[in-house]
Amino acid sequence: MEKFTFNGQPRLRLLSDEQIKLIHEKALYILETTGVLFESDEALKILKDHGADVDFDRRVAKFKPEMVIDAIKKAPSGIKLYTRDGELAADLSGNKIHFDPVSAPIKILESDGKTVRQSVAQDLANISKVNDALENIALQASACVLYDVPKLIGDCYRVYIMLKNSPKAMITGAFSVHGISYMRDMLAAVVGGYDELREKPRAVFDICPSPPLKWTHISSQNIIDCARYGLPLETVSMPMPGAATPATLAGSIVVHTAETLSGLVLAQVINPGTPVIYGGAPVHFDMRTGTTPLSAIEATMIAAAYAQMGKYYGLPTHTYACLSDSMIIDAQAGLETSMSGIVAQLAGINVISGVGGLEFVSTVSLEKLVIDNEICGMALRLDRGIDITEETLAVELIRELGPGGDYLSTEHTFAWFKKEPYIPSSIIERRDRKNWEADGAKSVFEKAQEKVKDLLANHRPVPLDAERADKLDRVTAKIMDELGIDSMPLGPK
Amino acid sequence: MASLEQLRNCVVEGNVAGAVAETKALLESGMDPMAIINDGLVAGMNIVGPRFKAGEMFVPEVLMSAKALHAGMELVKEKLVDFEMPSEGKVVIGTVKGDLHDIGKNLVAIMLESSGYDVINLGIDIPPEKFAEAVKEHKPQVLGLSALLTTTMLAMKETIDYLKEEGLRDQVKVIIGGAPVTEDFAVEIGADGYAPDGGSAVELVKRLLA
Ligand code: B1M
Repeated sequence: MEKFTFNGQPRLRLLSDEQIKLIHEKALYILETTGVLFESDEALKILKDHGADVDFDRRVAKFKPEMVIDAIKKAPSGIKLYTRDGELAADLSGNKIHFDPVSAPIKILESDGKTVRQSVAQDLANISKVNDALENIALQASACVLYDVPKLIGDCYRVYIMLKNSPKAMITGAFSVHGISYMRDMLAAVVGGYDELREKPRAVFDICPSPPLKWTHISSQNIIDCARYGLPLETVSMPMPGAATPATLAGSIVVHTAETLSGLVLAQVINPGTPVIYGGAPVHFDMRTGTTPLSAIEATMIAAAYAQMGKYYGLPTHTYACLSDSMIIDAQAGLETSMSGIVAQLAGINVISGVGGLEFVSTVSLEKLVIDNEICGMALRLDRGIDITEETLAVELIRELGPGGDYLSTEHTFAWFKKEPYIPSSIIERRDRKNWEADGAKSVFEKAQEKVKDLLANHRPVPLDAERADKLDRVTAKIMDELGIDSMPLGPK
Repeated sequence: MASLEQLRNCVVEGNVAGAVAETKALLESGMDPMAIINDGLVAGMNIVGPRFKAGEMFVPEVLMSAKALHAGMELVKEKLVDFEMPSEGKVVIGTVKGDLHDIGKNLVAIMLESSGYDVINLGIDIPPEKFAEAVKEHKPQVLGLSALLTTTMLAMKETIDYLKEEGLRDQVKVIIGGAPVTEDFAVEIGADGYAPDGGSAVELVKRLLA
């Protein structure tokens, strides 16, 4: 994508060209005059060595506009992600969209659709396996926290589980300072070394600033590690209007821009060309209840707008969308998931994280994942747009058949009826009432329950071969050793 | 003419300047400072708490009400040098080491304050030593620990263990909360209680201090 042009703009535009430039200038002004706090002496030192104005007592770095612009220019405009087994999984560039499950919920909604409990390692294995079968979800994600695993290894062990259960490329992230290095070791063991991992990345690492305008010790270290290792990172700034950013959408976008660019600068000065995804997790801060709904329309609007900023900078983009804040799989879950999913699609956001997610990214559900796969399918179809050619306009055919003609039995219909629409699975009800009733009058949720059960019993993802599995086990055992952990629920033995 | 009713209304409306003016006028009229506090300022805040819980008031409004309450209290304190400020009890609260989630803990603090507790909010990423120091310095009846990450729940245990080492554990009730925290976990690490939200935190503190 070209830099500093309006050519890459998505179909949905909430900001005009002038407004994009204005927000850009305001963010640069904040970066130059207010600066950003890094709770990491190493990060501050690196920034200072590369020209930032650093106050070590207050731990604040201020950036000249040139330094920021330079970083933007150095960051790659696209990232190709590969499956565990080395095939192209996603081309994060232009307005191409990809879906992946919600990251790091702490609970799972069981298959009865009512019981919520803490998530464990087996849940992630199940999510990875079910997700593997869902054709509209391009990537997998570390879609829950593992309560039955020692907390010190809780972040890395998710990579172990995902590598074992599905070849899909992954979105993950660390909760610890050592997390990135350990995850890199696990991934390298499976794909054949650090160089291969750098050249054909299999995973993206989420790293969150803390709004407003702050990077923690862990996040700073995570950026430094990703940059040094040449691994793609995704900054996930979390604008929170009225609580951690201004109550206005515009002000929140300014803070998001400044935060995101400050992380980008750190990554680029360490290792120019480090792949960075311009991401975020905007929320609405509900002033009545004090909760943080991610599916509020205002949150989705912030995402669509900052995606325009990211595209102005010629960077791949990410957001949390296609999820819901509902507690259960109900109409609210359906409407919020579709609405935010479609807006994110129209905004051309390259990585859309959230499917399967409920309750302010606190809960994940396998049944919802299976239902959301249909929403993704429809969004992807919308994304494909309308193909206009002589063949599709079919003027000759219309003339030939004339008024009252029958299209059903033509060659043209035979050639196009499968290519043109998105054909949903039976989760989406399209039979007539008589047939639907004869089949038990099942709701979408009941059908999803059946599909999950079937996939868990019968889906066979491409397995990790014995040799690579063994390498992964050995690296993981070594990490466990270093952390003083002797056993894990799903291996290594 | 100033009245207790008007003072209560100022607190409910979050009218800081009004609360100050009403408090001043009532003090000048010779009213008992205890009545101004209990039947004016705190009584106003007692309307706010339940309204918030019922979804009729919004967080920024509650914050403004708390500001109005404090502004009135400060004035009473200023005017009467040897006046003993009444308090339901003192609570020190903070988010544990390694954890930067601020908002839930702040809401709990607001709810406690609006129920008449004296709250000292230490902030986020607070190591055990700092909690211990604050217990020594402020002598609260209750210490509240918040954690939103599974990884930082460990720091809650560390903090309680450190209080034990420092011989401070018996001087203070420890309560914990935050999205991943559970009742079982509270028992496991030897906390005195767990609350799932701000309202329950107030009830818990009331029970512990009864
Ligand atoms: C003393 O007694 C008590 C009693 C009751 C108490 C209490 C104390 N404390 C709380 N309560 C209770 O009462 C409150 C009022 O009702 C309630 O408080 P809550 O805090 O639950 O509720 C608030 C009013 C609103 N809720 C919130 O404010 C939290 C919302 C979510 C979305 C969230 C936010 C906002 C943030 N986050 Co974070 N974040 C999530 C959260 C998901 C979720 N839904 O919980 C969670 C907790 N975060 C998570 C993660 C992974 C992370 N976060 C991180 C960062 C952040 C932000 C800084 C961006 C931001 C916080 C901003 C701020 N200024 O506070 C990172 C960690 C930073 C750190 N070291 O702390 C990072 C590690 C991400 C990264 N890779 O960098 C996940 C936790 C996973 C885990 N391992 O446990 C998470 C569940 C979201 C997710 N699915 O990814 C009750 O819990």
